[in-house]
Parts: sequence; structure tokens; C-alpha cells
Amino acid sequence: MAAIELRNVRKAFGMVEVIKGVDLEVRKGEFMVFVGPSGCGKSTLLRLISGLEDITSGEMLFDGKVVNALAPSKRGIAMVFQSYALYPHMTVYENMAFGLTLEKGKDKEEIRRRVEKAADMLQIRQYLDRLPKQLSGGQRQRVAIGRAITRDPKVFLFDEPLSNLDAALRVATRIEIAKLHEGMHDTTMIYVTHDQVEAMTLADRICVLRDGLVEQVGTPMELYEKPDSLFVAGFIGSPKMNFIAGDKAAAFSCATLGVRGEHMEIRPDGIWEGTVIHTENLGADTYVYLEMGQEEPVVVRIEGAAEYASGTVLRVSPIEAKVHRFNEAGKPVR
Amino acid sequence: MATETLGATAVVPKRKIVSELTQQRARAARLFLIPMLIALAIVAGWPLLRSIYFSFTDASLTNLAGAEWIGFGNYLRWQVLDSGAVRYRGLLVDPNWWNAVWNTVRFAFTSVAFEAVLGMIVALVLNAEFKGRGIVRAAILIPWAIPTIVSARMWSWMLNDQFGILNDLGMRLGLLSQKVAWTASADTAMTAVLIVDIWKTTPFMALLILAGLQMIPKDIYEAAEIDGVHPVKQFFKITLPLVRPALMVAIIFRLLDALRIFDLIYVLTPNSAATKTMSVLARENLFDFDKFAYGSAMSTLLFLIIALLTILYIWLGRVRFDGGDR
Amino acid sequence: MTASFDLWKFTKWVLFYLLVAFIVVVSVFPFYYAVLTSFKSGTALFQINYWPTSFSLNNYWNVLNTGSFPRNLLNSIFVSSVTVLLALFIAITASFALSRVRFRGRGLLLMTILGISMFPQMAVLAGLFELIRFMGIYNTPWALIFSYTIFTLPFTVWVLTTFMRDLPVEIEEAAIVDGATPWVIITRVFMPLMWPALVTTGLLAFIGAWNEFLFALTFTSSNDTRTVPVAIALLSGSTQYEIPWGNIMAASVIVTVPLVILVLVFQRKIVSGLTAGGVKG
Repeated sequence: MAAIELRNVRKAFGMVEVIKGVDLEVRKGEFMVFVGPSGCGKSTLLRLISGLEDITSGEMLFDGKVVNALAPSKRGIAMVFQSYALYPHMTVYENMAFGLTLEKGKDKEEIRRRVEKAADMLQIRQYLDRLPKQLSGGQRQRVAIGRAITRDPKVFLFDEPLSNLDAALRVATRIEIAKLHEGMHDTTMIYVTHDQVEAMTLADRICVLRDGLVEQVGTPMELYEKPDSLFVAGFIGSPKMNFIAGDKAAAFSCATLGVRGEHMEIRPDGIWEGTVIHTENLGADTYVYLEMGQEEPVVVRIEGAAEYASGTVLRVSPIEAKVHRFNEAGKPVR
Repeated sequence: MATETLGATAVVPKRKIVSELTQQRARAARLFLIPMLIALAIVAGWPLLRSIYFSFTDASLTNLAGAEWIGFGNYLRWQVLDSGAVRYRGLLVDPNWWNAVWNTVRFAFTSVAFEAVLGMIVALVLNAEFKGRGIVRAAILIPWAIPTIVSARMWSWMLNDQFGILNDLGMRLGLLSQKVAWTASADTAMTAVLIVDIWKTTPFMALLILAGLQMIPKDIYEAAEIDGVHPVKQFFKITLPLVRPALMVAIIFRLLDALRIFDLIYVLTPNSAATKTMSVLARENLFDFDKFAYGSAMSTLLFLIIALLTILYIWLGRVRFDGGDR
Repeated sequence: MTASFDLWKFTKWVLFYLLVAFIVVVSVFPFYYAVLTSFKSGTALFQINYWPTSFSLNNYWNVLNTGSFPRNLLNSIFVSSVTVLLALFIAITASFALSRVRFRGRGLLLMTILGISMFPQMAVLAGLFELIRFMGIYNTPWALIFSYTIFTLPFTVWVLTTFMRDLPVEIEEAAIVDGATPWVIITRVFMPLMWPALVTTGLLAFIGAWNEFLFALTFTSSNDTRTVPVAIALLSGSTQYEIPWGNIMAASVIVTVPLVILVLVFQRKIVSGLTAGGVKG
């Protein structure tokens, strides 16, 4: 049974509709990532699920029960905010225990046990007496996660939790969150991010949103291999998928041909010809940017280091089995 | 609730979904506002209505309960004399009242104009980086912190005709040829009141303008500096337009305060017709002359005049209270 | 720095500091002179001095031991404190509603509150007088506590609303997810974060109540129930022409010194509170 189910959920702020009818199922114990460009409604959707924001119409079900009007604290959720949102005047222990102390009939020992268990999981036990301002950004993020764990939620909500951390810490915390998910089988997690790398690495399934609508839901590999639209194709994967139009696409009997940089080969008998305009050497691989008369330069990704002088004319071919063909409406031709 | 919405899935639900959270917050907001609303209704709303009501009655200090409705009599009534001439009486033709109105308006606009200019100068000084800025800021807070009554008395001692230090200073510096009875003489009473009021309230103005000045990004001046804009031109082209919202709000606050002035004049220049303001005259009639209804009519008119001026100012100046250009 | 002496720069520097000195002297001198006068007694009072010449505590002794001035001081402290506490108590919850809950008419309500705080007190004087007589609190401290609410309450609501609006939304939302009711949010999350704002607002309201004159003059009628400003305003000698300047200055210094100290200690907070009530509005 789905842990969370959304049926034609809409949300309008005044006259502006932000969520325009979303149908979605999130399975129990699943790690679901909402991803999309800014303004696509992903954070709003998370806030609708949390109950911090009312849905305008439609239905929201938790474990098969309608929760449209249920208060956030009664939904069995916990939320990790972008800014951590720790209570500045409370110690780490008080921060983590606050929710439990508000519940009636919880005895002190039980609270202490749960806080300490969560603190051990995140290795923040030695900080329990400190105030948030005495902690580093990464430690604060752990406390925020710890506060959520203490509540023992059925559903864990993350609102861009890594965006305030620096690059190195972001990777470390990402792995941390992945491990956390492995250790909590029954807990459903929903995670909002605009970073498709976070989405690809963390998610069991990804939900790509665009303009308040679900564009595609699937496992990371499904999205990578079988994008349902030009939008998803362009959004998932790095470097961005090349879109080739015109005669070159017509030769493949489609309006737009999508080829990922890693699915292009430089070879003497290549079917296309392009002029090198720039080369980016990343060490493990190299991106070669070719001018091929398309709207944007075409990227070819080759393994290892390589050097092509600007102006060099190269011949390239797509790997036929890996191309994506789209019709004029941007839908795949299969 | 749950069953209701379940049944409505086929059609778009007509009723907006209102969650427990929203309801709880709306309920709490209502509950939280009620004490304040009741308190304000009792201490402000009701007394205002009663004051206006009294202005249409013949109430006297000793006979409030037995006040009877007499219509506009306190404001204007007339009598046709035997000779056929008409004699008008009432507040609207009372020269004392109009003298007080003129005094109030003159006082308010003069003092606020001076305070705006001086406050701007002080604010510009405080906005500059220099050693001892903290001392200056502390010093200008002193006039603000001193109770009006105390400053009125302090200054009336300093302005004393025989033993006042200001006459002494003026004569030593050659500014005065003879000792002046500042508070007693009709020619100088208003000047005396203005001096004290400007001294006391310029700091408030300066602090409000300073806050406005500090919101102006520094790089605008750096850019102007590089372009070689003269400092005087910088002030008129950059500082003044950008600080205008803060200045307009500061001026209206001060203007409203100046229009209701009572305590300073009551203590500094009692019984001087040259400085009697609407508030002083109204209170005199209410409690000293036992013309309670007439005094009420004065306070009602005072309320109307101030309300009118405020609306006019906000409308003409396009003042925004929600934070200027933030 | 260049070694050459820049005359224009030096002149500007001198002029600037002259202006600064002028501002400081004008601001402080009247208070200084009041202190100077308060230490003079007898005929020394009527000699004009710019520097301290004599030191006598006679005036202070007179003020504190004769008449009802000590009583007036206590009245002022009592009235101002209770007024401020009451206003803060009502204002905290009200400003939560005004700053944190969206509802129709919020802007209008805020403007009304601002309007009342700017209200000419004279306009309600007659009605308040009737109400206070009716309630039977005429000539008691309660009359003042009651009437002072007209300006302390709108002021505290307004300032606290601007302060509370600046508290981060996510902290409140975290508390909501934790199951906190609005009351819990106010008392256990916001109040601890807001105490500097509460102190500032309370202090400003206290000064306002401490300095109030019109209501105090009108709603009290005996020496024992008056507050300090009225007492000082009405302080007079044995005859109409003999104004006890020494005593007046001593009393003035007594009521002003605590205020000046408070203001200097809380300088920064007061400036931020004043501007929150004004510009930021």
C-alpha cells in the first residue's frame, strides 16, 4: 500500500496556481526525490504533504486515510529545513526533545532514551549540552536530522537540506543521509532538491516536476535511459543531453534527436562534422564542445584526457542504440 | 470531515479545504486579538464617542449624567436681536478658539520645519565615521530622555528674565542689548516654546533620519565619488531622494505630536494668549472654567482638524508606513 | 599619508569638530545647568555661574523630606511599571496574530493601531474623565494605569509586531511540525528569542508613561496620588512670586538621572526600538 498518495492535488496562492493537479504515489519505505528547476512547485508540494500549507483541492492520503485537513503534528511526519531551523535558545538536547515534551504522557526517561539513541546514530552525543550557535554548519544539519529522528516519524521530509553546506560537506552529508535511509527500512523519505546529482544518488525513485505538474516518475536509471520528455531528458544527466534538430534529426526520423555526451564517438567515419570551440579537461574525462549548426554547442564526453585545439574539425557519430528520438511535441518516439 | 471530502472526489469540492492547522491559527489569532481590541475599545473608542456626544449637550463638570442634547449649539447658534441684526455665538465664531488654532498650527509647522533641518544635520554628522561618534549619540539622547515637564522647568529657569543664564550669555556675547522676559512677554513667548520644543525633539527626528540614512548603500556614494559629483550635489541628488520616505514618516510622527502639544506650554508659558494652543484651551474649558460641553466641542474639533491634516499630508506626501522603499 | 600640510582638509576637520562640539554642548548644557543649580542654595541660586562654585545638598534634603515628593516618586514607579507590564502582556499575543497569521483586514487593523497611538489625547479626555469617575477610580493610580493604556498598548503592539515579523519563518514551522500550538510557540519559542525586543519596547513604553502629564494632571487631584511630572509642574513656594528653583531643579535631577542612565545603558536597543516604531513601521 502506498504510504502517501496524492490525487489531483492543486494549490493556489490567490489567483496563482502553483500546483496544477498532481497525482502521485509514494511507497512505504521508499526514498522519493522531488526535483525540478526553481519555481516548479517542488517545495510547495513538500509543504502540502507536511501540512504546513493547505491543499486547495484534491485529496491527500496517508496509509489510505484522507489527511487533507490533518495538522502537521498528527501526520507522523518530521521535517528537516533548509536553514536547519534549530531553536537558538535551546541546547541540542532540548532541540531534539522539544517535540516529545509537547506530547502528553511521555515520561522523561523515555524521552532521554530516544534522544540519546538518535544522537548516537548521528554521532552528536558529545554536543547534547551545546547551543546551536556553538556548532558548525554540518553539525547543525545533523542536529536537525536528529531532531527529526527523535520524533520517530513514518515520513521524513527534507527541504533542500544540503544547500547551505559547502561542496565537500555536502557530499559527506549526502552519504550520511543515504546510510540513514538504509538503516530505517520502514521510514518513507521525501527529499526536495534542485540538484540532479543529489537526486540520482539518493533516490529510489525520482519525481521530476515542471510548472506545478509531474513530468515523470521513475527510478534514476529509468529517467536516465527512458526519459518521457525532452524536459526530463535535458534535466537528468550531466553534461546535459545534446538536442539535435533539423536534417540530422530527420535522418533518424524524428523532430529532435537526443544524444548524451557519453554516447557520442569521435571517429574518422563519423556521420556528423563539427568544429571544436572549447575543450574542458576534468581529469577522468574530457568534454569537447563542437559547433555543429545547432542552437547550442554539442558536447562529446570522452574518457581520459584529450586535447583538441579550437578550430579542429572532427567527425562524430552517436551510438545508435543509445539515442533518444522525440517528436515535435517533445514526446519520445519508440 | 474525512467522509465529506471522500464523497466529493468526483466533482471539484465547492468548499475550500481548511486544515486543522489553519483553523487552529485563525482561532488563536482571534483569541489573541480580543483582549487588545477590547482594551482599545474601552480606553480609546468609547471615550472618543462620549467626548463627541458631550459636545452636543449642555453637560457641566458637576452634572455629567444630566447632560441634555442641544444639537450644534456649542459649535454655532444665533440669536435675532430686536433690531433685526443676527448675533452669532459658539465655538466657530469664538476668536479665542481660532487664536488657539492659529497658535497650534504655527507652532507645529515652525517647530517641525526646524527639527527636520536640524535633525538632518545631526543625522548627517552621526552618519559620518569619526572618533567620538558614540559620545555624540549618547549626548543627543539626553534631551529626548528628559521628561517634558522637567525640560520645561529647566528651560524656564534658564530663560528667567532676572537670573536666567541665557540672558546673561546673550548679553556677554553681545547678542542681546537688554534682559528679555522670554516666557512672560507676548512677543517672545512663542519663541521660547519653540526653542525648548526643538531642543527636546530634534534628537528623535535625527535618529529616525539616521536610520533612513543607514539604509542607503555605501557604494552609491563611492560611485558618485568616482564620477566626481560634488558633495552638495550628492546630498540633493542622492541622499535627499533616498532618505525621503524615512523623512516623511518622521515628519508626520512629529507633526501629530506637535499638534497635540499641551504639557510644555502649560508649564512654560501658562496664561499667555500668545502660546495658548487648542489642547490647552480645551482643557481649560473642560476643567477650569466648568464649560465641559464647550471644551468637548473644542476637543472634537481638534480631533477633526488633526485627522484632516494627517489625511492631507499622507495623501499629498504619498507617505508609506510599510517601510518606505523597502 | 602625504607629508604636505593640507590646509583645506584641516579647516574642514576643525569645522566638523566644532559642529560636533556644538551639538554635544547644546544637548547636554540644560541638564548640566540643572544639576549645577540643584547644588546651590540660598543666595548662591541667584548668581549666574557657568562652572560649579558651591556644593550643597540642601535642595535634595528639602525635596525628599518635606511634602509628598517621595510618595510621588513611588506613584510614578508603580503606575509606569504596571502599565508597561499590562501592555506587554496584551501586546505579545496580539502582535503574534498581527505578524504571523494571515487574515483579512490585518493591514487596516495595523493602521488603526498606529492611528490610536498618534491620537490627540485631548480628544478622549472628556469621555475618559466620565468613565474613570463612573468606575470609581478617580484620583487613584488605577485611573492612570487605565488611561495610559491608550498610548502604551498601541505602541507596544506596533513595535513588537515589527520585531516579530523579522523572526525566521522556518523556526516557527519547525515548532508546528513538533506539535506546538500558537501559545506554545509564543511562550517557549518566540519569547526567549524576543527578550531584547521586549526589554526595549518595555523601556520605551516605561519612559512614555513616566513622562505623561495631561492624564496625570486631570485624573488625580491630591498631593498623595500625583505622579512626579505633575508634582514638579505644581511645585511652588509659599507665595506665588517665590518659585523654589533650587527644589525644582533637585526634583528634576532626581527623576531624570535614572532615565538618563537607562537610556545610556540601553542606547543601541533604544535607537533600534525607536526606529522600529518609526521608519521600519
